Amino acid sequence: MQIESVVQKRISEVKNSGVLIERLAKVSLGLWALFAGLLFPILIFLILYYESRLAIEKFGVINFLTHTNWDPVTEDFGAATMVVGTIISTLLSILMAAPISVGIAIFITELSPRWFKPIISGAVELLAAIPSIIYGLWGFFVLTPIMAEKVEPWIQNKLGNVPVVGQLFSGATTGVDIFTTSLVLSIMIIPFMSAVVRDSFELVPPIMKESAYGLGATQWEVVRKVIIPYTASGMAGGLVLSTGRALGETMAVTFLAGNNPQIPKSLFDSFTTITVALANQFTEADTDIYLSSLYYVSMFLFVISFVILFLAKFMILRLEKRWKV
Amino acid sequence: MRKRYRKVVNLLMLSLSGLLTVYGVFWLFWILGSLFISGIKYFSPELVYLDPTPAGMEGGGLRPAFVGHFILTTLATIIGVPIGLMAGIYFAEYGKDSDFFRVLRHITDIMVSTPSIIMGAVVYAVLVKPIGHFNGLSGAVALALLMVPVVAVTTDEMLKLVPQQMREAAYALGAYKWQMIKSVTLRAAKVGVLTGILLGVARISGETAPLLFTSFNNAFLNFNLMKPMASITVTTFNYVMGPYHYWHQQAWAASLILTLGVLMLSIFARLILHGKITNPFAFMFKRIKKEV
Repeated sequence: MQIESVVQKRISEVKNSGVLIERLAKVSLGLWALFAGLLFPILIFLILYYESRLAIEKFGVINFLTHTNWDPVTEDFGAATMVVGTIISTLLSILMAAPISVGIAIFITELSPRWFKPIISGAVELLAAIPSIIYGLWGFFVLTPIMAEKVEPWIQNKLGNVPVVGQLFSGATTGVDIFTTSLVLSIMIIPFMSAVVRDSFELVPPIMKESAYGLGATQWEVVRKVIIPYTASGMAGGLVLSTGRALGETMAVTFLAGNNPQIPKSLFDSFTTITVALANQFTEADTDIYLSSLYYVSMFLFVISFVILFLAKFMILRLEKRWKV
Repeated sequence: MRKRYRKVVNLLMLSLSGLLTVYGVFWLFWILGSLFISGIKYFSPELVYLDPTPAGMEGGGLRPAFVGHFILTTLATIIGVPIGLMAGIYFAEYGKDSDFFRVLRHITDIMVSTPSIIMGAVVYAVLVKPIGHFNGLSGAVALALLMVPVVAVTTDEMLKLVPQQMREAAYALGAYKWQMIKSVTLRAAKVGVLTGILLGVARISGETAPLLFTSFNNAFLNFNLMKPMASITVTTFNYVMGPYHYWHQQAWAASLILTLGVLMLSIFARLILHGKITNPFAFMFKRIKKEV
């Protein structure tokens, strides 16, 4: 009798402590999950909003985004030059990187021998592992002089006199311009884009490809008529994902953009982006409204990149859902 | 005729994709090549153990930057890894069947790609403005915040790779969920989780933007977290922008060391994940397949 009750007591003790730890673990882990997925982005947004309220009151939303003057002396701030610069450099880099990423994905999934696959995809992934400041340093010391002396004069020579298009290639060739920046940005996003495209290519069921081969299709026809149509949403997702990456790139762009607050008229003009302005001016902001305006543009950057990445995620998920049966 | 045309197009497009691959790899070799050549040329042991000379005087080294970088990265890892781990475990083990937490997990995935300079701006508002001056602690916090989503997402992915049967076996023995996580899933996925942590460290140790206005820069050796602290990346940034030729040379050499460190971390992380000997799942999957 006595022994039984002791044993019973001991068992319930162990049970209770187990349940207690279980609850504690669940709550404490859950709190951090909530932090990472919910509180973290909300806090970032709220802090940026709180810090930028001065500028929001003074300049409004539309006015701030369309006003091209950025003058710390007269305390007159408009973000149009940075927003335009960010958009142009991002779009251009996507344009340059997209065909290359798709080519790399085709090569890896369809062409390369099995033993060669990890080598080539590893090499492309290494591009993503290089710190962005290295891209900036290399672009500034190595690529810029070559662009200024060789590549850009050559392009200007060939295309400068063509009507309409020629305007894009006018101006002095300094190497510190949209063209160089977008080129370096495109190299930086190739790994992300090609990884997403490759992953979606690999989701295509082999049976689909095999039936096309069975009908006598060539490899290219299989890629064009089977793989690409069925992975379109994944490819679009990869494109948008890399847009989000390119938007927020700071260090490489800071070296190569020239930090010139103007709306560029040619590809060989220096310009500025949101991240460049932040990197260069944040520590110099001496008045409250100056700092607040910088917070205002960074809030825009955060919101835009969050929305874009959200869209990308959604597209990629849709593709995965379709194939996950 | 038609067949020949199709074959020619096929050959053309396939060689084009091969050429595009060569183009992508070409940049890798160019960037790493020029980094190695210049970096090795300008490297000298003094770079690591001497303090910088006053601006304009040749010589000196970047000891504060190396020490500061090490302190910042270590501290950020200590703060960021546990948070990321806990969030990742919850996503994989508790939040798997809840729509709410699935959405949160996707948002965490989005946060991996947040522009890192924004983290700097946010931490500036919270930890630099109230204190009144730049400090090393804020830099470490900014890096830690960048690391949390990376670690959380990889931990979640790796835990999800653990076969469900192993969990069920633990439950069948009467284990609580926390016991199952502690001694079954975490143990089975430890290599994967370690990879996530290493990738997270690799990611933050190459970051410059969040440090620009948090830990700032310091020409003197500093162990005080409440004072500005130098890092290799910010120092490189300032030196490249600076006017002196020997600054540029030191920037090349410091960048080489930084890149070597970061690349080694990420290659090592991939090796232990993909390496056949250390892959704990390979034989497990095989065994399960046999049983089924």
